[in-house]
Amino acid sequence: MAPPSVPAVRFVDVSRSFGDVRAIDRVSFEVEDGEFFALLGPSGSGKTTCLRLIAGFEQPDAGDILIHGEDVAGVPPYARDVNTVFQDYALFPHMTVAANVEYSLMIRKVPAAERRRRADEMLELVKLGGLGGRKPRQLSGGQRQRVALARALINRPRVLLLDEPLGALDLKLREQMQVELKALQRQVGITFVYVTHDQGEALSMSDRLAVFDRGRVEQIGAPGEIYEHPASGFVAGFVGVSNVCDAELARRLTGFVRPFTIRPEKIRLDDPEASPGDGARGVMGAIDSALYLGAATRYTVNLAGGGQLLVLEQNVDAAKPTGSPGQRVRLTWQRRHEQPLQREGGRGSP
Amino acid sequence: MTSTVVAPPSSLQRLSTALYLHPRVLLALLLGPPLLWLGVVYLGALVALLVQSFFHVDEFSGLVVRQLSLETYRQLFTIANLDVVVRTTLMATSVTVAAAVLAFPLAYYMVRRASLRLKAFLYLGVMLPLWSSYLVRVYSWKLILAKEGVVTWLGDRLGLTWLLDAVLALPVVGGPSLSTSYLGTFLVFLYVWLPFMVLPIVAALERVPRSLVEASADLGAHPTQTFRRVILPLAFPGVVAGSIFTFSLTLGDYIIPGIIGGSQPFIGQAVYQHQGTAGNIPMAAALTVVPIAIMAVYLALARRLGAFEAL
Repeated sequence: MAPPSVPAVRFVDVSRSFGDVRAIDRVSFEVEDGEFFALLGPSGSGKTTCLRLIAGFEQPDAGDILIHGEDVAGVPPYARDVNTVFQDYALFPHMTVAANVEYSLMIRKVPAAERRRRADEMLELVKLGGLGGRKPRQLSGGQRQRVALARALINRPRVLLLDEPLGALDLKLREQMQVELKALQRQVGITFVYVTHDQGEALSMSDRLAVFDRGRVEQIGAPGEIYEHPASGFVAGFVGVSNVCDAELARRLTGFVRPFTIRPEKIRLDDPEASPGDGARGVMGAIDSALYLGAATRYTVNLAGGGQLLVLEQNVDAAKPTGSPGQRVRLTWQRRHEQPLQREGGRGSP
Repeated sequence: MTSTVVAPPSSLQRLSTALYLHPRVLLALLLGPPLLWLGVVYLGALVALLVQSFFHVDEFSGLVVRQLSLETYRQLFTIANLDVVVRTTLMATSVTVAAAVLAFPLAYYMVRRASLRLKAFLYLGVMLPLWSSYLVRVYSWKLILAKEGVVTWLGDRLGLTWLLDAVLALPVVGGPSLSTSYLGTFLVFLYVWLPFMVLPIVAALERVPRSLVEASADLGAHPTQTFRRVILPLAFPGVVAGSIFTFSLTLGDYIIPGIIGGSQPFIGQAVYQHQGTAGNIPMAAALTVVPIAIMAVYLALARRLGAFEAL
């Protein structure tokens, strides 16, 4: 591999509006070569627009997009060395599975025998060997997804773009495909840019991710970094569940007005008489509700003096009774788990 | 919650409950009338027509002989009648091809490029002519195409009289004026049936998801390749549907060639003459079977070519 490699994709202050709506606003990020990079955000946050800009279906209003160091302004989709797996798969319904997979080779006038061989190879890779003669409508959702993947990978693009590729699958299949996709990415060594609104998917699959809100990038980092050190209240709330304590509540809990966030699983539910240990924070409250989730129980606790905190307790000991509403408790947590926030809300919020 | 007052069910409610509990009765009530119409009135008439074509007219008495024979079909395959069939089929084919060539770009523009407002306007433009009387429109074309009509006047103004003369001098399709030539008949057919080609193609193109076009470009296909490999095959059933309209409507029409064009008859006119003045109902019936047979062959061919695979 070439030393200090050029980023596979680079956005420099890219903006794109549709009518009055700013889909993305001065977005900058870099995707390393060979990386699994996720664009995470709620619907309408601009992540899909970013993907369409890389593919070439949209052109930016301002800013530069570089693919492997080359400015792609004005380069049409068919001249870009990237391929896309579409959300609805976009398989050609009038062609067989094999013809779909071979499509890009057919366009490039690769001889039929080689086309056939490479298509068989790709179908084998996505575990669809022997189904080449079928029509897309004869396949299940999961199988169609694999065909879309094989079709996009057959040309060995330098960057593969995936637009919520698992969105239409049921939970079990989705989890299975997450593992397979990740393994496939390691196997083929192609840069993946993966759009999703599912934070679990982004955390479990990506090497790094960018969190989007209302057309802006909120934070970029490795999954652990984003989860443990969310930069804003928006990230804390969108990636996993979190307690965001505003300046007022922060002052009461810590004595400082700086807003912070703390994850529910970092808070312990104790006996009211127990004393917090060294470096621990303690606050009194009463259980408002208990939600039994199987592996854990989620409590909402009303704090003495106002405010609420979520607490997630692992159900390790079956003998230990579940806390019931109204029960008085002491909440304790380590100070180092308090995550100071740069911004209380998101960048886009008023 | 206060207690609910339960009113005794009205007769209408009882009826709807009874129908809900007996779905077969509901089905019979809903499907009965259309099946009666389609089965008895429509198909029955068609069968009666087919049967009539196997009767023949006695040459001496001029009366219809109600006995099944192929006599009428023997007469059909004489040169004079075949001439009518060939002329009509050629006209229907050229009208269909020209309509498809004109309609496709228009339909494509309406679906893929035009703004919502422009699209509504274009829809209106395509359909508006269908709201006025067909006869009025055909007679207007007579005025447009006549020797003293608009086209001649415009050609004169633009100094293009030579072009009009050259076109009219063409063998077979030309004539003394546009309104008395096959070219004129062709133009009016094309005008009258064009909406029937545009609308099915629009419907077919609407069903091609934009993502398929993007996927094709994403996989390296130039716009022309995308058109040939993805858009055209997927919209082709629409073209076939439109061509069924334009082709069969042209095959059966007897008004347009009666008003605009030469003196040689088309199938529709021949049918009209045979069943009217000549009183030769069997021949009229046999001539009507011809377009049906041609359409059957045409559809079989279209199926062979894979026109319905994308449906």
